[in-house]
Amino acid sequence: MDTESIQSGYSHHSNRSRGSNKQSERSSRDRHKSHSRDSSSRSDKNVTISASSAQLQQDQSSAPTDAQDDNWGETTTAVTGTSDHSLSQEDLAGFGKETETPAEKLNCIRFLPLVLTLFLGLLVLVTPLAFLVLPQLVWPERLQACGTACEGLFLSLAFKLLILLLAGWALFVRPARASLPRIAVFRALLGLLTLLLLLSYWLFFGVRILDSQDENYQGIVQFAVSLVDALLFIHYLAVVLLEIRHLRPCFSLCVVRSTDGETHHYNLGLLSIQRAALVILEHYYKDFTIHNPALLTAAKSRAAKHLAGLKVYNVDGAGSEAATAQSRAKIAAAARHRDTSHNELYYEEAEHERRVRKRRARLVVAVEEAFTHVRRLQEEEKKKQPGDEMDPREAAQAIFPSMAQALQKYLRTIRQQHCHSMDSIQAHLAFCITNNMTPKAFLESYLVAGPTLQYGRECLQARQWTLVSEASVTSPLRHGTEFQLKSSDFSLVVTSKAIPHLKLSEEFVHPKSHKFVLQLQSETSV
Amino acid sequence: MSYIPGQPVTAVVQQIEIQKLRDGVNLILGFSIGGGIDQDSSQNPFSEDKSDKGIYVTRVSKGSPAEVAGLRMGDKIMQVNGWDMTMVTHDQARKRLTKKNEDVVRLLVTRKSLEEAVRQSTMQH
Repeated sequence: MDTESIQSGYSHHSNRSRGSNKQSERSSRDRHKSHSRDSSSRSDKNVTISASSAQLQQDQSSAPTDAQDDNWGETTTAVTGTSDHSLSQEDLAGFGKETETPAEKLNCIRFLPLVLTLFLGLLVLVTPLAFLVLPQLVWPERLQACGTACEGLFLSLAFKLLILLLAGWALFVRPARASLPRIAVFRALLGLLTLLLLLSYWLFFGVRILDSQDENYQGIVQFAVSLVDALLFIHYLAVVLLEIRHLRPCFSLCVVRSTDGETHHYNLGLLSIQRAALVILEHYYKDFTIHNPALLTAAKSRAAKHLAGLKVYNVDGAGSEAATAQSRAKIAAAARHRDTSHNELYYEEAEHERRVRKRRARLVVAVEEAFTHVRRLQEEEKKKQPGDEMDPREAAQAIFPSMAQALQKYLRTIRQQHCHSMDSIQAHLAFCITNNMTPKAFLESYLVAGPTLQYGRECLQARQWTLVSEASVTSPLRHGTEFQLKSSDFSLVVTSKAIPHLKLSEEFVHPKSHKFVLQLQSETSV
Repeated sequence: MSYIPGQPVTAVVQQIEIQKLRDGVNLILGFSIGGGIDQDSSQNPFSEDKSDKGIYVTRVSKGSPAEVAGLRMGDKIMQVNGWDMTMVTHDQARKRLTKKNEDVVRLLVTRKSLEEAVRQSTMQH
């Protein structure tokens, strides 16, 4: 019953996180704040629920012993902390897999910024042309004909407009890398600025030119050209704000994976927390080795054994400080209890190491032998013997069985068998044969755990990440900022430190100042 | 034993007379010297002032004529048979000590204990 309540809590949490991603970027800040706070508090609540359930279990088990002493052996439930925790963790792992939807949902909200950008671009294109064309349409007979000056202005307007459109396309019309939780502040600012500029120009055009039906066409053309100039400068501002400002590194971020402690450091510039999170995630797929939950089971079982080793019974009746007193008693008793788990760990690790090395040796020999059976057919031989030719896929399939067993055993020993399927191994083998790779090159991807992107879909983590941060995610990075990127199985904890201000001073060394003397210390006996 | 260039050097010296020992065709005294104006004086372990480029006794063989005569390790040789040894090269010093036609060398050596002894005796008065 308690495990079910935990289940419902976690599923609710995952649904919430999915929902918050679907919401539009322009939703109000308060709603987002309350959501993120809710989800984080919900996860905190979940932790307390399971702890209190464990407490509850202990109390329940202790209560019958007091009440019915004669048949206490039958009624005491030997529910220990281990079964509770391990069951809930299994459930969590199962739930994690369920929230990974295999098909990527085409999210309409993802394209909203693109649509807005295109609309703004259309407006930018149409406005100067409208400024030029409208006077010609509305009062053509009263317009003063302007000569070469106007033609020059027309040319410059056309080219500037072309450059502006190309530059805008290069900077803004790009597939979005990710959907961020909040709006990108600089982009919104720039969009707003552009809109403001266009509105003010339209206002001026409407009041000064359309209403009064100005006859000076050259003035109108110059007006349009000045608009395009202003738009080009806004584009320059966009380049500086969006692309250049964050190039110079200011902060060094330390990213630690919570499950196995793998750490990497990155240097980033002045970015908001959400954009920094984006950059870190892109680096994560490239730098961090693949997360292997199977390697952590040993540590978990040891921790569970520590918990289960001691049970505290409250004989004198429950009090308000019972919980803290119990935990303190547990810690004190554990410190005194001399357990030999360190011994077991040492010998287990040595044994595992030995086993891995043995399997690895067998694997290397098997693969080398398999590769000797395959030889590339030369050009002359192709004409002579048209018989036994095979394409790479068939060649791979032919030599695969001889090494399959050794490879399977090795992968099972290092607990990575779920990352590689038969098809992927055969495809990799065909790839290596085609490119004349040595057996060592073929084995490299199996002997060394590679980055997450290297593996196929079956091992790829969910692309659903949650940014957990105390500060607002659009606030800029500062020294000492901490935030977390939660995935379904693990989380990345990020801390930032400012790169210190470096003081470089110069020291001039004259090229002729390098002089040397011989140091002799001779001793002569007389 | 530090000196100021251009000023005369004063030191308390002891005269040591060593009879050269004939060993086959060679005449040996039984000690080793180090130092000289062409040497690196900062490596001298016996000198107080590391810019002192004088000739120092670095080793005295046991039972040698030098030990018998009273020469000790760390002594600074000021004169050999009247020739000055405070401003000579290492090779010049060696030559002055190993002249084949001399059987006896009279050295003037100085050491720190000599200065201290003199100072003590003057204080007692």
